[in-house]
Amino acid sequence: MILRLAVLGLLAFMTLPTVVVIAVSFNPTAILSFPPAGLSLRWYANALTYPQFQRAAVNSLMVTGGAVLLALPIGTAAALALERGRLRAPGAWATVLLSPLVVPGVAAGLGFLIVAAFLGLLQSRAVLVAAHVALVLPFVVRSVWVSVTNLDPALERAAASLGATPWRVFRRVTLPLLRPGLFAALLFAVVVSVNEFVVSLFISTRVNEILPVAMFTYVVNYTDPTIAALSTLFIAATFLLVWVVDRLVDLSAVFLHHR
Amino acid sequence: MARAVVELRGCTHDYGALRAVDRVDLTVHEGELLSLLGPSGCGKTTTLNLIAGFLEPTAGRIVIDGEDVTRRPAHERDLGMVFQSYALFPHMSVFDNVAFGLCERRVPKAEIAPRVRDALGLVRLEGRERERPAHLSGGMQQRVALARALVYRPRVLLLDEPLAALDKKLREEMRGELREIQRSVGITTIFVTHDQAEALALSDRIAVMDRGRLEQIGSSREIYERPATRFVADFIGASSILRGRATTADEVRLGDRLVLRVTGPRAFAPGSEVEVAIRPERVQLATAQRDNVLEGRIVRLSYQGALTEVTTEVAGGQRLLAFVTEPAPAPLATGQTVRLHLPPDAFTVL
Repeated sequence: MILRLAVLGLLAFMTLPTVVVIAVSFNPTAILSFPPAGLSLRWYANALTYPQFQRAAVNSLMVTGGAVLLALPIGTAAALALERGRLRAPGAWATVLLSPLVVPGVAAGLGFLIVAAFLGLLQSRAVLVAAHVALVLPFVVRSVWVSVTNLDPALERAAASLGATPWRVFRRVTLPLLRPGLFAALLFAVVVSVNEFVVSLFISTRVNEILPVAMFTYVVNYTDPTIAALSTLFIAATFLLVWVVDRLVDLSAVFLHHR
Repeated sequence: MARAVVELRGCTHDYGALRAVDRVDLTVHEGELLSLLGPSGCGKTTTLNLIAGFLEPTAGRIVIDGEDVTRRPAHERDLGMVFQSYALFPHMSVFDNVAFGLCERRVPKAEIAPRVRDALGLVRLEGRERERPAHLSGGMQQRVALARALVYRPRVLLLDEPLAALDKKLREEMRGELREIQRSVGITTIFVTHDQAEALALSDRIAVMDRGRLEQIGSSREIYERPATRFVADFIGASSILRGRATTADEVRLGDRLVLRVTGPRAFAPGSEVEVAIRPERVQLATAQRDNVLEGRIVRLSYQGALTEVTTEVAGGQRLLAFVTEPAPAPLATGQTVRLHLPPDAFTVL
């Protein structure tokens, strides 16, 4: 009985912020009050028509898209090199590739800011894309790495013995067998990049800021439930993405078969 | 003699400080099935990988059909290979697995389907084209792997312990079938195994390896009946090794008084220490005292059904193993002393 209460309590604690945000987003009044006084979609309309949000949404799309398109091939190559390549110090390489996980966002943000200012790239999305590539790489490398360790090297040798060139071996055997890891990597990369805030805040301007930064700026200036509505849309989109990817590949196969 | 298809000339391969293959010279002839036999770690699989092109030799050359292929990558060597784990592509159907080699060779589409069908017919797997390898039994996967390696008619077939993953009964069945298919296709084949019974039953010739070196190469009969080294005598079948001193060119004295006559290809230098080996099935129970008969005390009996393994202790405390076919001429018991006849021509001089 006590155990069950504890579990319920934990569940409530874990979901409370989400529940509150979703509830507040339907508030008809301009106050962030809980529980909401009624039901209304006016803040959804406001969130979707606010020009700075529209601009930020486009920025988010470009930055995340660019970062994912770059990080997937780089991360896949890195994972293959770490497992198969004859690296002199694979441990050191792995540490470097996974380091963005432990470097504080503030430090990384500051670093990227200084570099961006030095290069005169503060107005462009290039630095944002570069920062996001670095931030999502650990997730891509980890996910693909799991698939690589599950890949029997005899399969690639077999393909070579059957007459396949190295590139054909990669296209017809390696890549298809890494698919679960690649989908998981894609999912992680998108979720991490879309929700990235701390580092992006440092290197964003009004012109190139991405959605989480724009939302933060909005909250600093206004305190109406628009931000709750947008957050709810964010949550819904993330859930939808995870659900779709999970339908396409068995994600548990990626995470549970870790050697 | 048939012409040479695969030649290894002084091939050496080092894994760091470890010499896995040590100056191996080997010639495989057209249409023959040659086994590379040895215990695990003897270098037989490394040798196969050198031939396949998965590894490059540290020294030496590999020649296929008179052409030096030492630096040629695996995909340009036109070999077929069956792996111990079969290495079937799990994301492809049986058809696509078998068609893989044809696709990579840009065989016209219209030709692929009939050739895949023929190859699957050869291994008696018609009608399984649409299935995934994982849904097939081990024996069937083995057949798919064989069909995949044969369908594009490679120059040489390489088999890396292909039967090791099967259970005993199926293994013996597949052994015979493999031999039949190899004969009917007439393909030059190199077969890696650690199972001496498999090698003896399957091979035209056997190359026995130990610690990276080629110990002996010859027909199954030669390897079994005339082992060239102590290792071969020990590794292939059972052998009793007797140590003694040569008294004349063809006589050995064991212990104090016992003298054995040994006729063989090699004469002894009188006075030297020698070792002779004899197969247990050549040792016969004797009833009367005559030449080359010695007395042994039975120390262990192991009944195997068709025969009984009799371990005896003879002069000087040396062990001598004899196979007595059942039913035995007389009841045997441990501790009992029996007379054993060792025919002079049954010995191998090590």
